[in-house]
Amino acid sequence: MPPGFSSSDFYYLMPELVITAGALLVLALDVLLPRAWERVLSWVTVAVILGAGLALVPSAGQNLTIARDLVAIDGFATFFKVLFLVAAALTVLMSPRYLTLENVHPGEYYFLVLCATLGMMFMAGGVDLITLFIGLETMAVSFYVLTGIIRPNKRSNEAAIKYFVLGAFSLGLLLYGMSILYGLTGSTHLRVIATSLVAGDGGLLLPFAVMLLVAGIGFKIAAVPFHMWAPDVYEGAPTPITAFLSVGSKAASFAMLLRIFVAGLPAFRADGLGTAWGQPFGWGAFFYVLAVVTMTVGNLAALTQGNIKRLLAYSSIAHAGYILIGIVAGSTRGVSAALVYLMIYAFMQLGAFAVVVMLRRKDIIGDELKDLTGLYATHPGAAIAMLVFMLSLGGIPPTAGFMGKFWVFGAAIDAGYVWLAVIGVLNSAVSLYYYIRIVVFMWISEEEEKSAAFGISPAVATVLAVTLAMTVLLGIYPRLLFDFAQASAASLGSVPSLGLR
Amino acid sequence: MTPITPYHYLVLSAALFMLGVIGVMTRRNIIIIFMSIELMLNAVNINLAAFSQQLHNAVGQVFAIFVVAVAAAEAAIGLGIILAFYRNKETLNIDEMNILRW
Amino acid sequence: MDVIAFYIFAAIAVVASVLVVGQKNPMHSVMLLITSFGALAGLYVLLDAPFTAVTQIIIYAGAIMVLFLFVVMLLNVPREEPAPPAVSALLGPTGIRIGVILSLLLGAEIVWALSRIGLGWFPQDPAAASVSSVALIGASLFTRHAFAFEATSVLILVAMIGAVVLARREH
Repeated sequence: MPPGFSSSDFYYLMPELVITAGALLVLALDVLLPRAWERVLSWVTVAVILGAGLALVPSAGQNLTIARDLVAIDGFATFFKVLFLVAAALTVLMSPRYLTLENVHPGEYYFLVLCATLGMMFMAGGVDLITLFIGLETMAVSFYVLTGIIRPNKRSNEAAIKYFVLGAFSLGLLLYGMSILYGLTGSTHLRVIATSLVAGDGGLLLPFAVMLLVAGIGFKIAAVPFHMWAPDVYEGAPTPITAFLSVGSKAASFAMLLRIFVAGLPAFRADGLGTAWGQPFGWGAFFYVLAVVTMTVGNLAALTQGNIKRLLAYSSIAHAGYILIGIVAGSTRGVSAALVYLMIYAFMQLGAFAVVVMLRRKDIIGDELKDLTGLYATHPGAAIAMLVFMLSLGGIPPTAGFMGKFWVFGAAIDAGYVWLAVIGVLNSAVSLYYYIRIVVFMWISEEEEKSAAFGISPAVATVLAVTLAMTVLLGIYPRLLFDFAQASAASLGSVPSLGLR
Repeated sequence: MTPITPYHYLVLSAALFMLGVIGVMTRRNIIIIFMSIELMLNAVNINLAAFSQQLHNAVGQVFAIFVVAVAAAEAAIGLGIILAFYRNKETLNIDEMNILRW
Repeated sequence: MDVIAFYIFAAIAVVASVLVVGQKNPMHSVMLLITSFGALAGLYVLLDAPFTAVTQIIIYAGAIMVLFLFVVMLLNVPREEPAPPAVSALLGPTGIRIGVILSLLLGAEIVWALSRIGLGWFPQDPAAASVSSVALIGASLFTRHAFAFEATSVLILVAMIGAVVLARREH
C-alpha cells in the first residue's frame, strides 16, 4: 500500500509545517525563557509567520492536490493563506502591551494564535469535507480559548461561553449537512460530490442538507439571522483577538463557503434544489436573501451602538453582507470581487482595531466611543489613520474600501442582480453615519480633565502604518490585487484533477 | 417485518438531532445544553455509519471516528470554559449570563 | 432478529435522549446520556461497524461523559429551577417560546424531507462484502486520510493546552 505522504507533499505543506513547528517552539520558549524575556516571544511568533510566508512561495502558480487528494495547492488557497498570515502577523504585533495590561501569559496566547492560523490554512486548502472540518475545528477551538483567555474578566468568560455554545451548535448543523452529502454521493471529496450529484437525488434530502450547510456556515460568517453571537463575543474578547476573529475567522469561513458551494455544488447555484412559487432555486437564492438581510440588519444595528467594539462587530456583519453579494453574483468575476473585498476589509478592520487596542491603558478599558474624544489632540497620527479607516469602511474614494465595493457592486450588476447592488449602495450610504460619528468623536477635544498621556507602543504603530499604507495604496492602485484575486478565483472553478496518486 | 433500511436509521438520527436542537434552544442549564450538542453530534455519527454500511464504503466510518475525536477535544475545551466561567460568576444558568447586553 | 434488536436499541436511545433533554436533574441527565450512547453503540454493531461501536463506548461514554460527570459533581450543579407555576415549561419567556417554535419548524422540515424519500430509495444489497474490518478502516485512516489524521493531532494538542489555560488555578 502506498504511504499516506510523499516527499512532494512536505514540500508544499511547508507553510503549515513551519507554523506547527513554530507554535511548539513558542510554547517551549515560554517555559524556558525567564520572565523578563517575554517580549521575545512576540518577535519569535512574527518570525515564524514570516517564515511560513516564505515557505508559501513554492506554491505560487501551482494547481494540484497533495496528501492523497485531501489538500489543494492552488491560487485560491495561496490567496487566503497570504491573507491569514498577514492578519496573524498584524494581530501578534498588536498584542504585547495589551497582554501585559491584561495580565495574560503570552506564550500560550501566541501558541493559540498560531494554531488558529494553522486551522485557517487547512480550511483554505482543503478540498475534502473531512479536511475542511478538521481545519474549522482547529481554528474554532483555538478561538474559544483565546476569547476567554482573560480569566478574571467576566465579559471575556461570557463571550467565550456564548461563542462556544453557538459554535458547537453550528458545527452540529454543518456536520449533519455534510453527512447527508456523503450519503448521497458516497464520498467526502468535493470533486466527487460536484460531479456525481444530480438534481433530484434523494428527493428533499439535498435541499435540506444545503439549508443545513448554509446555516452552519452562516454562523461562522455571522450572517443574519445567525449573527447573534458576534456583538457579544466581539465585545467581550480581548481586542486583538476580536480583530483576528473578525478578519481571519470570517475570511476562513468564506473560503470554506466558497469551496463547498462554488467548487463542490456548482450545478446547484441557480436551480436544482426545487421550485418555489414556480421559480427554480438553488443555493444562490439562499445567499441572496442572506446578503440583503445581513447588510441591512448589520448597518441598522450599528447606528445605535455606544461601544466601539460592538459597533465594529455590527459593521463587520454588514461587510459580510457585501461579500455575500459578490458570491451571489457568481462566476469568476463575482468570486474574485469577494476575494478582493476580503483582503481590503482585512486591512481596514485590523487598522481600526489597532486604534482601539491603543486606547487600552492602565485604568481605562477604552471600549466606549467617548474614550475616543480628543484623540486628534493627543495622537494626531492615530486619529488620521482612524479617519482613513472609517472612510474606507464606508466606501469613500480614493480609499481601498471604495475599490472593494465598486468591484463587488460592479460584479453584481454585471450578473444581472441590479437590485442587490442598489440595496448595497443604500446600505453603504447609511453606514457612513456611524463611521463619521466615530471621526467626530475623535475631533472633539476634552475641555477639562486631561487624562494621563499615553504613548503608542512601536508595535501598534507599525500595525497602524502598515494597514494605513495598504488602505491607501489599494485604493489608488488596486490592479495587482485584482489580478491576484482573479487568478485565484479562476482556480477555484476547477478543483484540480492532477492528483499525485 | 420490513427489513431495516438506512431510511430507518435516517429517521432515528433525525429524531436524535431534533432532540438535541430542542435541548439547545430550550434548556437554561449550560451543561445540559452542551449535552444536547453531543446528542446532535451522535445523530451525525449514526447517519455516517448507516450510509457507510449502505454504500459499502469505509469513508463514513472514518469520518465518524474523526467526529468522535473532535467532539472529545471540544468537550474538554467546553467544560474548561464552563469551569472558568463558574469560578468567576458562580452560576450555570444562561439566563444569568447577561453582562454583555444590547 | 436484527429487526427486533434495532427497534429495542432505537427505543432505548430515543427515550433516554428525551429524558436527557426533558428532565431537571443534571446528574440523571448525564447517566441517561450514557445509556443513550450505549444503545447507539449497539446500533453501530448492527450496522456492521464494530470499530465505531467500540470507539463510541471507550471515547464517548468512557471519556467524554466521565468528564461531564466530573464537572457536574465538581460544580455541584443544581437542579434547574422549575418554571413559574402559572406557565408550563414549554411556553416560558419569549426566548424559550421562540426556541421551541424554531425547533419545531426544523422538526417539521425534517419530517417533510424524509417523508418524500420513501422506504424504497435505499436498495438493500446483502450480498456485497462488509466494510467493517478494523484493518480496512485502519488502512484508510493511515493512507487515504493520513493528512486529516495528522492534522487532528494538532487539534488535540490545542484542546489540551486550552483546557489547562482555562481551568488551572491562578496563583
